[in-house]
Amino acid sequence: MGIDYIYPEFEVIRNESRCVTCQVCQRQCANEVHRYDPDLGRMLSDETKCVGCHRCVSLCPTHALKIVKNDCAFRENANWQTGAIKEIYKQASSGGVLLSSMGSPAPLSVYWDKLLLNASQVTNPSIDPLREPMETRVYLGKKPGLVDRDDKGNLTYALEPQLELSMPVMFSAMSYGSISYNAHKSLAMAAQKLGIFYNTGEGGLHEDFYCYGGNTIVQVASGRFGVYKDYLDAGAAVEIKMGQGAKPGIGGHLPGAKIVGDVSRTRMIPEGSDAISPAPHHDIYSIEDLRQLVYSLKEATEYKKPVIVKVAAVHNIAAIASGVARSGADIIAIDGFRGGTGAAPTRIRDNVGIPIELALAAVDQRLREEGIRSQVSLVVGGSIRSASDVVKAVALGADACYIATGALLALGCHLCRTCHTGRCNWGIATQRPDLVKRLNPEVGCQRLVNLLTAWNHEIKELMGGMGINSIEALRGNRLMLRGVGLTETELRILGVAHAGE
Amino acid sequence: MKRVYVNEEWCLGCRLCEYNCAFANSGMTDMVKALKGKPIFPRVRVDGDRDIHFAVSCRHCRDPLCVKSCICGALYRKDGRVRVDRDRCVGCLTCVLVCPYGALTLSERGTVQKCELCLENACGEPACVLGCPNRAIVYEER
Repeated sequence: MGIDYIYPEFEVIRNESRCVTCQVCQRQCANEVHRYDPDLGRMLSDETKCVGCHRCVSLCPTHALKIVKNDCAFRENANWQTGAIKEIYKQASSGGVLLSSMGSPAPLSVYWDKLLLNASQVTNPSIDPLREPMETRVYLGKKPGLVDRDDKGNLTYALEPQLELSMPVMFSAMSYGSISYNAHKSLAMAAQKLGIFYNTGEGGLHEDFYCYGGNTIVQVASGRFGVYKDYLDAGAAVEIKMGQGAKPGIGGHLPGAKIVGDVSRTRMIPEGSDAISPAPHHDIYSIEDLRQLVYSLKEATEYKKPVIVKVAAVHNIAAIASGVARSGADIIAIDGFRGGTGAAPTRIRDNVGIPIELALAAVDQRLREEGIRSQVSLVVGGSIRSASDVVKAVALGADACYIATGALLALGCHLCRTCHTGRCNWGIATQRPDLVKRLNPEVGCQRLVNLLTAWNHEIKELMGGMGINSIEALRGNRLMLRGVGLTETELRILGVAHAGE
Repeated sequence: MKRVYVNEEWCLGCRLCEYNCAFANSGMTDMVKALKGKPIFPRVRVDGDRDIHFAVSCRHCRDPLCVKSCICGALYRKDGRVRVDRDRCVGCLTCVLVCPYGALTLSERGTVQKCELCLENACGEPACVLGCPNRAIVYEER
């Protein structure tokens, strides 16, 4: 119906003088934008279907294609911007909740970009990581409050279970179902190669990936999909997911159409049934309830594995984290509001939660004040984009970072934010066999290893510049940070001085 | 000897290899100039149906039937590679008939052409492998 027509978001520009009509674009577009017309002897395109994923642009051998933002404009209006108008039209036509994928694109403050790092000059030497040893290894888990030794100098207590990471970065939770078998395999292989961990998400662990168990964090979420004894035993740590940065306070819904074959078997639910993760865990309504689940999982795994509790960064995060620390959790993972997702209601994604930088600073400060910081490790996620974000997070008090969007970008994701359609042209957020095979895990693994190897070099360079040779010595070292263009309140919460001070 | 091997599990059927092959063997430096508006004659062909595809090119057999069948001595084996002397080929197509892989085809000039691993052209190593986006064809020693 004409009244529902929304002008396409993108324009496909084909340079006819370069196009050799090889039809690679047509074969590679799952959205069926491109079509060869034998009568005209040239390619045609249907822009209404284009999502801007750049698969065609990337594979066009003569670089004849470009996708540009459509400039068909509504009358300019600072209040009613194009996005808001289009959303009204969509809802007026469908009557439905708007769905979105990946992290929020809204132009809200990114505090990483307003924090600057220190470097040594004159009075304290910087360190060259290419010539001197530099330690980026971290251990996650409960640490003893004080070091106590017997007469012979041996430690007098047993250390709680720890996760050893070669660098302070892990792959965050993405379930098998929301992402493909090959994407999962790439993450698992890369985690093993790098000596870090990846996270199963809430969709269970595919039987083929039990061999990567030593580098796997298995998640227990509100839907409890695929959770059983062997699953808990397979992982190196167990994560209880209470919330997710992209959609705090709500659950998940993987449509029945995606619950086929292996996904159904791995999730342990019938084929074709919707996988609904309730918003709350129905057995957790207090810190005491959470403590019961933490200890049930510890009991089930014979106290050999650390238990992580993942929460979304929300308004009272410091108090929540304090409660979680007292629930017996070994590690608290906090997910900021810019974190990604396979699908979330747009309004939730763009309006609920708080930035991870502020949450992290508040939590670290609160746990120190209460004298319980050493009882838990802090892992933060929600749009960690580079090595400098990692270094800033550690300086703000994190033990390690979770990355997921960054990892998917390394696998080929172009952030077109249409994961919820299930037609991912890059073979990541799809279960269609012909699309899944587009991601060769050998290639994917190598790219992830490359990315984090590069980040580790950069982390060492940044640490060396500050005259620090161990990531442990950087943790919570907020003297290494200065803010620019921040208000007094923001600086107070972040616990950093303004640049120049 | 390094050969081109096919990992059909990862072949997307995008057929970039065919275009990269045709370009590499065109002797030109610009792909648009080499391929635009012309039929292409690649030496590698993507075969298969909707569900499974794979790129087929010469296997460089140890005991090649094509060489045995060639009536004019145009096909020969050198350093493990099966090669074709275009000036000797009379276009009788006996080799096309006997090749069990369908790896020989007719070129635009009427003589037979086949994959010679791009060792003689400007590419220097198989163009199909270099351009494959998913490592579905590899050039390696096995």
